[in-house]
Amino acid sequence: MVDFGFSLLKARQINYDHNDRSIAGYIYEREPSFRLCIECGGCSATCTTGNFTRFSLREINILIKRGENEEVRHEIRKCMLCGKCTLVCPRGVNTRNVITLAKEAFQKRGINAI
Amino acid sequence: MHSMDKSIIVIGAGTAGMEAAGQLAKEGFNVTLVEKEQDTGGHVKSWFHLFPDRRDSKEVLAYLNTQICRENITLLTGTTVNNLEKKHDSFVMNTSDGNELKADAVVVTTGFDLFRSERKEEYGYGIYDNVITSADLETMFRKGEVKRANGEIPEKIGIVHCVGSRDEKSGNLYCSKLCCVTAVKQAIELKEMIPAAKIFCFYMDIRMGGALYEEMYREAQENYEINFIRGKVSEISEDINNKLIAKVEDTLVGRPLKIGLDMMVLMAGMEMSETGRKIALSSGLKTGDNRFFSPADHHFGSNKSNLSGVFYAGTCTAPMNITDTISHARAVVSDVIDYLKGKSN
Repeated sequence: MVDFGFSLLKARQINYDHNDRSIAGYIYEREPSFRLCIECGGCSATCTTGNFTRFSLREINILIKRGENEEVRHEIRKCMLCGKCTLVCPRGVNTRNVITLAKEAFQKRGINAI
Repeated sequence: MHSMDKSIIVIGAGTAGMEAAGQLAKEGFNVTLVEKEQDTGGHVKSWFHLFPDRRDSKEVLAYLNTQICRENITLLTGTTVNNLEKKHDSFVMNTSDGNELKADAVVVTTGFDLFRSERKEEYGYGIYDNVITSADLETMFRKGEVKRANGEIPEKIGIVHCVGSRDEKSGNLYCSKLCCVTAVKQAIELKEMIPAAKIFCFYMDIRMGGALYEEMYREAQENYEINFIRGKVSEISEDINNKLIAKVEDTLVGRPLKIGLDMMVLMAGMEMSETGRKIALSSGLKTGDNRFFSPADHHFGSNKSNLSGVFYAGTCTAPMNITDTISHARAVVSDVIDYLKGKSN
C-alpha cells in the first residue's frame, strides 16, 4: 500500500446507538437521583479538583449518559470524594455516589478506572 | 339570586384581591376585603417598573385602587384572618382584632412571600453588604440611585437567577416563572442607570415564556450588552478589598469561572405566603407539594378549592405575573356567581 500521507479521521460525533450506555443504567438503578441532573454546573464550580485539572463532574454525568466511557474512565479517578458537589446540587443528585457507582460499574466489567 | 343579599369575603388586598373585590362589587355583591398590612397593593407597592413594557407600578396601583373604590366594598386593613370555618351554608372567620366575619362565599387571595435569600447562605445575603435581592434593587431604582454599601457606584454587577426556585436544597422544586424576566428587566434598567456598568446574568436555563419576554431578552443582548453565562453560582465570597467573588462553572465552555463583582443581585423566588399557610391549616384547604393552595382542577377549576364556596385567585395557587393574576381574579367571579346561584335555587 502506497502511503499518500492521508489518513481517515475518526468521526467526532457521539454514536448514540453504538455507544455502550450500560454504565448509566447501572447507576440509575442504584442512585435514581442521577436522572435529575440539569447540567447547571454547580458541582463543577465548587469542585476543588476541577479548579486545578480538567475534571468536571457535570461533564462526567453527561458523558456517562451518552456512553462516552473512555473519557469517563480516565477522568473519574481524579475525584477525591469530598462531597462538596453534593452539597450545592439544586436537584439533590447524590453526585458523590454517582462517582463511586461509576467506578464500581467499570470494575465489574473488568475495566479499571485509569 | 339577588347579589345584594349575598356577602363575600376576599382575604388579601394585593393585585388578585383588589381586582376580585372590584369585579364582585361591580356585580352587586357586598364585599369585605381584608388586608393584613396597613396599605393595600401587596407586592406591587415595592416594585419600580414592571416587565415587559416597563410600566411604572404606580399605574397598576392606581388602577387597582379605582377598582376597590365602591360603596359595597368594606376594606379592613391591618387585619389578619386567623381561621376559616364552614358553618352550615356560610363561612365564619375570626380576625386579629377579635371580630367575627360571616360570608356566603370566600375568595382567598393571600398571594406569595418572597423567598428569604439569607436561607441560601452560600450566596452571602445578610453577610456581605453588596449582595442584595431583586426586591432591594427595586427599592434602589425607586430612590433613583443604585449604590454599593460604601456609596460607590457599582461597575460590575452580577445577577443570579433561580434563588430559592428550582432548588431542592431550599425545598422548592418549582420554577417561580418571573425571575428570569425580572433579571433581564433589571439588567436593562441597571445599564440605563449606569451606562458604564458591565452586567452578568448567571442562569441555569432562561425561561422567557411570556408575551414579549423573549424579545426583551434579545434586546438585552442587542442594545444593552448584557452578558449571559450559563451556570449555577455555587458560592459568593468577599475579598480583602471588599469585592465580591463568585464561583460558577461556565458550562458552555466547560471550565470553572471566577469573577470579581461590585454588586450581586439575587433573584428571589416566590413561596406560599405565611398567612395562606395558616388559613390552610385552620380550614382544611388542600395545599400541594409546592405548599401553594391546590386548585380543584388544573384545567377547569383553577379558581376552585376542595371546599365548596371557597375560591382562589392569583399567586396563592402558583407563581404568576400581574397580567395572569388579574385574569385569574376576573375568572373567579364567574365561579363565585355559579356557586351562589346554585345555593339560592
